[in-house]
Amino acid sequence: MKFEGTSSYIATEDLKVAVNAAITLERPIIVKGEPGTGKTMLAHEVAQSLGAEIITWHIKSTTKAQQGLYEYDAVTRLRDSQLGDEKVKDIKNYISKGKLWNAFESNKRPVLLIDEIDKADIEFPNDLLLELDKMEFFVYETGETIKAENRPIVIITSNNEKELPDAFLRRCFFHYIKFPDPDTMEEIVNVHYPEIKKDLIQEAFKIFYDIREVPGIKKKPSTSELIDWLKLLMTDDVDAKILREKDPKKLIPPLHGALLKNEQDVHLFERLAFISRRENENLE
Amino acid sequence: MFINFFFDLKQASLPVSLKEYLMLMEAMNKRVVDSFNVNDFYYLSRSALVKDERYLDKFDRVFGHSFKGLENSESETEKEIPEEWLKLMGQKYLTDEEKKMVESLGGWDKLMETLKKRLEEQKKRHQGGSKWIGTGGTSPFGAYGYNPEGIRIGQKESRNKKAVKVWDKREFSNLDGDVELGTRNIKVALRRLRKFAREGVESELDLDNTIKSTAHKGYIDVKMMPERRNKIKVLLFFDVGGSMDAHIKICEELFSAARTEFKHMEYFYYHNCLYDAVWKDNKRRYNENIKTWDLLHKYPSDYKVIFVGDAEMSPYEITYPGGSVEFWNEESGETWLTRLLNVYENAIWLNPIPERYWDRISSASIIKQIFSDRMFPLTIEGIDQAMRELNK
Repeated sequence: MKFEGTSSYIATEDLKVAVNAAITLERPIIVKGEPGTGKTMLAHEVAQSLGAEIITWHIKSTTKAQQGLYEYDAVTRLRDSQLGDEKVKDIKNYISKGKLWNAFESNKRPVLLIDEIDKADIEFPNDLLLELDKMEFFVYETGETIKAENRPIVIITSNNEKELPDAFLRRCFFHYIKFPDPDTMEEIVNVHYPEIKKDLIQEAFKIFYDIREVPGIKKKPSTSELIDWLKLLMTDDVDAKILREKDPKKLIPPLHGALLKNEQDVHLFERLAFISRRENENLE
Repeated sequence: MFINFFFDLKQASLPVSLKEYLMLMEAMNKRVVDSFNVNDFYYLSRSALVKDERYLDKFDRVFGHSFKGLENSESETEKEIPEEWLKLMGQKYLTDEEKKMVESLGGWDKLMETLKKRLEEQKKRHQGGSKWIGTGGTSPFGAYGYNPEGIRIGQKESRNKKAVKVWDKREFSNLDGDVELGTRNIKVALRRLRKFAREGVESELDLDNTIKSTAHKGYIDVKMMPERRNKIKVLLFFDVGGSMDAHIKICEELFSAARTEFKHMEYFYYHNCLYDAVWKDNKRRYNENIKTWDLLHKYPSDYKVIFVGDAEMSPYEITYPGGSVEFWNEESGETWLTRLLNVYENAIWLNPIPERYWDRISSASIIKQIFSDRMFPLTIEGIDQAMRELNK
């Protein structure tokens, strides 16, 4: 089993090595990086390229580790017992399996995506330490042990909202997706829009990387935002010439809503546009 | 096999453990990367040993140091710089004077010979100076002379065209913990201080407890619990004016990060040292100040105290009554600081001046002493340590 990137996802060499190490050694891999650099997408692409099933577990601030294993529905059982339902005699009827259980049960090696692990409580990763290490857990209600037949490929993404415990990190491989350089970015765009015009890309890239360099910008636009923006430019059939235009009145790029997601950033740009316009007038 | 590399990493205080080293060995054993390609090994070891982007840059540096010269084994990529090329380059960039100097040395051929000889003799990297081979010198040869990131001569192993190695690029340099950056990083560091606790009105349904209790008692028994909150309370003191002007940006960043991170946060300004009053608005500092005594009485001792200041002043401003540069202080700054520290057990001082200068500034040493060594540099790393200290 080896991950080589797919036709719809450009994986850099270091990313491939990290993913393959995790696959071979059957250990989780933690993927970090700026928002919109394709962390979640990675898991889907790995699954696709290996022909494996993908099981996604989205983590919220309220998610508990136990929910990934199983949940015991005591309330329904209590109600059923009062109604005299036959089901009540078997406790198994009230245990609903979690994502980890599903992944362990799978008869072909699946990909398990634990998305945005940092959203959960600070203790959450610690609670999963043993389960992810041994790939087994114990169900108290029925007294059975669930053990993974095929150790799933575990991909964990984090946005750095909370720090992960050292003990947890030690058991994982780690990869930081850095923001793609213009060359890689061009490959990525080509994968998404093969028919896009070359000059449009060039001008758009220039604007895009310029925006990222503007000092004081609150939320830097990311890959996924660039892709969205290019899509809009293409559907509106914006000509590369318009992007090249140096008219200070149009300093704010067309359809900027896709790139600037923050009111303050838009204001910042308007202000910059205003300043450069004034300077130009002074020159005249 | 790579024990030395592992210890080099340890020495550079990267948090690597034996478990991770064994993991790397296992990966090598299982041939995760097929050939003996040093780039692949770099990627693999990075992924196995580094678990935080803050350490990536440090790792790159250690890797470059430990495996210096190794890339020579990739003989295919190694190429001598064509002589022609050097000549052309030289002609393009050398001044007439320098060209004459070249001639005086016996012309190009002679020079190339000397260069080769030097390369053989010279094992150590040379920087600056006016020797023939080195970096950043006045010599027309050597790195940064004509191509800032391309060819480097002067180091035996860098004679190949691919002078910039992956780890030498240091792409992660701005993620290093020692480097200072925007608020997001500070926020992450401040988050160490978070301590969640359930406190206050019992407003949430405690489902698990309700089920347990209901099953136990045989009737529906609803249990409630209070909401989870970050219960950390912080007093922030900022030094303003004078020598602190140079550090305004970083203080602003710290301030805005702290404001979003802590719900219970109070901030005050002071100048150079704490005396009998502080203020909340710099414009009205003379009319609307707050007596330090009131402050000590108002905020209970479970508040954590963070001082931000460069601690750069005349030692008299701390140790003597009347030492303040702005007014006549009845009691010395030291007295006031000690008073404050007696009330608040958890207190630290963040200093925007790099740690290596502290010993040379006598006032900084005094304050560090008053704070029983709890002075930390205002870097991500420093804030991180400081938050650990406050959490004790």
